[in-house]
Amino acid sequence: MSRLSLQGLTKAYGLNRVVDSIELTLQEGEFVSLLGPSGCGKTTTLRMIAGFVDPNEGSISLDGQVISAPGAVLPPEKRGMSMIFQSYAIWPNMTVAENVGFGLKLRKLPSDDIRKRVQDILEVVQMGHLAARYPAELSGGQQQRVALARAIVVKPAVLLLDEPLSNLDANLREEMRFEIRRLHDEFRITTVYVTHDQAEAMATSDRIAVMNAGRIEQVDAPHLLYTRPRTRFVAGFIGRTNLLSAELRDGQIGFGGIAMQAGQVPGAEAAMGNDILVSVRPQSIGLHRAPPSGGGPVLEGVVAQRTFLGETWDYVVQAQGSELRLRATAPPLQIHDVGERVWMEFDPQQMAMVV
Amino acid sequence: MSEAPALPQGAAQAVPRRLSGRLARFEPVTLLWIALIAILLFLVAFPLGKLLVVSFETRGTGAFTLMNYVSAYGRSRYVDALVNSLILGLVSATMAVVMAVPMAWAVSRTDMPFKGLTWAVVLGAFILPPYLSAVGWILLAGPNSGFLNLAWRWVTGAEGALVNIYSFSGMALVIALNSFPLVFIFVKSALDLVSSEMEDAANILGAGTWTAMRKVSLPLVWPAIVAGFIIVFLEAIALFGTPAIIGIPARINVVTTQLWQFFEYPVRVEVAAAYAMPLLLITAGMIVVQKLMLARKGYVSQTGKGGERRPIKLGPWRWLAFGWCAMVGLMAVIAPLFVLLQASFAKAWGRGLAWDNLTFANYYLLIFEHEMAMTSIWNTIWFSATAATIAVLLALMIAYIVNRRLVPFGEALGFLAMAPFVIPGIVMAIGFYAAYASPPFALYGTATLIILAFAARFLPIAYANSTSAIRAVHPEMEEAARILGSGRLHAIRMVTAPLVKKALLGGWLIVFIVASRELSAAIFLVGPRTRTMSVLLYDLSEAGNFEVLAAFGGLLLLVTMVFVGIGMKLVGRDFMLRRN
Repeated sequence: MSRLSLQGLTKAYGLNRVVDSIELTLQEGEFVSLLGPSGCGKTTTLRMIAGFVDPNEGSISLDGQVISAPGAVLPPEKRGMSMIFQSYAIWPNMTVAENVGFGLKLRKLPSDDIRKRVQDILEVVQMGHLAARYPAELSGGQQQRVALARAIVVKPAVLLLDEPLSNLDANLREEMRFEIRRLHDEFRITTVYVTHDQAEAMATSDRIAVMNAGRIEQVDAPHLLYTRPRTRFVAGFIGRTNLLSAELRDGQIGFGGIAMQAGQVPGAEAAMGNDILVSVRPQSIGLHRAPPSGGGPVLEGVVAQRTFLGETWDYVVQAQGSELRLRATAPPLQIHDVGERVWMEFDPQQMAMVV
Repeated sequence: MSEAPALPQGAAQAVPRRLSGRLARFEPVTLLWIALIAILLFLVAFPLGKLLVVSFETRGTGAFTLMNYVSAYGRSRYVDALVNSLILGLVSATMAVVMAVPMAWAVSRTDMPFKGLTWAVVLGAFILPPYLSAVGWILLAGPNSGFLNLAWRWVTGAEGALVNIYSFSGMALVIALNSFPLVFIFVKSALDLVSSEMEDAANILGAGTWTAMRKVSLPLVWPAIVAGFIIVFLEAIALFGTPAIIGIPARINVVTTQLWQFFEYPVRVEVAAAYAMPLLLITAGMIVVQKLMLARKGYVSQTGKGGERRPIKLGPWRWLAFGWCAMVGLMAVIAPLFVLLQASFAKAWGRGLAWDNLTFANYYLLIFEHEMAMTSIWNTIWFSATAATIAVLLALMIAYIVNRRLVPFGEALGFLAMAPFVIPGIVMAIGFYAAYASPPFALYGTATLIILAFAARFLPIAYANSTSAIRAVHPEMEEAARILGSGRLHAIRMVTAPLVKKALLGGWLIVFIVASRELSAAIFLVGPRTRTMSVLLYDLSEAGNFEVLAAFGGLLLLVTMVFVGIGMKLVGRDFMLRRN
């Protein structure tokens, strides 16, 4: 049975629909990220799930029961959820143990039981030795662990995370990413995770919902978002890409003077109309000094710009006989000078048609 | 733990659909909002509105008239008082800036020695009520028997006086010596934000310390200097105590003393209302000017960006800086306080320090025999404490509602709560008199009226304090409690309240302390048995017995110091001088 379900969920401030008819269903134990640029409505969506914001339209159901609908909103404290905030919101007037035990106390558990569960969960997040400390004496990463412990210890129906790592430095962020996923693998709590950092979403999530301008563009497993983007926005937001306008005619897709079988390009089967958009990842373009012998489509061009990024070379190639300028990457040892003639080899399997 | 997480009982019940549909819209907080609006209208808007209305009414009939304005501005004596007030404000503010800016620069930017002493002096001048420093300066520089003039005659053999405090410039000096801490606090906190690199940049281009200060540091804090100037100006024109104690014997009439005269029998409150209008308009206008100045972009000092800060090495000049601070401190606090205390323990203050002049009779008289002294101390404490409690509670609720955006148009509440800031205390008092003194309220002379006036007058202090306290608590702190199962009130009790406790205590103490020395709002509203210490002190000054007067001043300072001490202990040493 689905644990959490959003149906046509909408939040508008005046005429501005910051969240626009969102449909999303989470299975029990699933980890789903809401990923998008700032202002896309992901935090508002999360706060509607938590009960801090009332929806204008649509509804939210938890285990099949409606908990939010216009005019009938269950307050946050009655939802049995827990949340991790951007600012951590660790209460500075309570010790680590008191912070973590707060939710258990509200559930009127016996105090022995509370003490044991608090200690257990603090061991899990490697904070057992700091239980008596006050938050002011903790580092940012340690506060984050307290926030995690406090949210998990109550065994919430749904765990909500609102950009929890954005205040940490880069190294710690990477560490906490794995920590969050590890805790999820251990406790299997249904989780909604809001972030604008795609690496974070990819590392933690079972599925990612990419949001833009209040709408969900696509919901898929991380690798499918990368290899099978369905919209122009997703293709550009997840990784880097070349977006090419192409023509679809007689079962053939053509751009810049080359053509390939439409059946080979994912997404093309649903195409309508003749003018289409194709996403070509820079990594999928092979660069050659001489015309390659493989059977794939090939375009001749000249290196117009190059940038060395350490792990890769980033080339911009001006195709011959057309206006096309394509970005292509190559390993560090494959060096082409600006002005050098190259041949670009395409792999239709790694392209995607987007709308 | 892969089974479904055990939900706590009662978690995630579904909302009975439709049932609570309409009721859910109507939160109890809306009722609170309506109640607060009503209280604020009663405390702030009604007295002010009444003041305006009364100024256009004929006494008795209530018919519309402009005669009050004709009476108020029809005599040259009244217009002169207005002009005097403005000049007094300008002169006092200029003097205060001259005193305070070098001190602020020296404390903030240089290696001047004994900065702690300078701080103590500033705090002392801040705590010393204006009417007490006026009394101190009468003892110091009265034309006949003031100590300075006695010394002058003894040294030079001259007949005349070196300084006469009963003069316009004497009055302005006393006001400046009492209000320069306002400029100091403004300018120092602005200078604290100027990075040393600003001066380094000037130095590397060839400017010396002096030039860098003149051309870079001071211009950067120019808005703060002007803001301080404006505040002192407004203080000076609205001040009652000093002009009453020095100006009336010197026959110098200013707006506030003239307003007082309109309240002498027969009370002409409608003329007073008309006469108070310029004070109100000037204050409101200047505050707006000040806000605009401080809001202007382009001054680094207002952006809050710090950077590295090093004290400038003054070399031998640091003793000059210290000398300046010491001189201001001597004149503002040490000398007046010393002569006051001396007089309070003297049989005859003019005889100076001598064993046979020492007596406790003045204190004994006040504490055990005076019919009003102890009552007024008690009045002061409980009026101020009640007013401070009302102001802080009101301010806290308003600040919470406005900051958490719990109701639409919450800003209206905040505006009303801040409005008394632009109303001079003396105008506020006349407004309260006009609104509540006569039937149907008939509150004249009651404790209720004084407490309400104090609460309204100092509401902005409490509101600014509460707002910054509430802002310091991230809303997510409460939300974290709510998502774990707390109701809104429970979350406030468990999380928000403990976090704002200390800041609120500081706000309460500041309101208490300023209320306990407030004279201008009190003097128009007290009755014979509800006199406060400040009013009684003024009455004693009219009687002219300086020894008893000084002893009573000593008692007043003692009460204040007790509460300042409590504040420093519980809230932090700088709690009185913190900006915001």
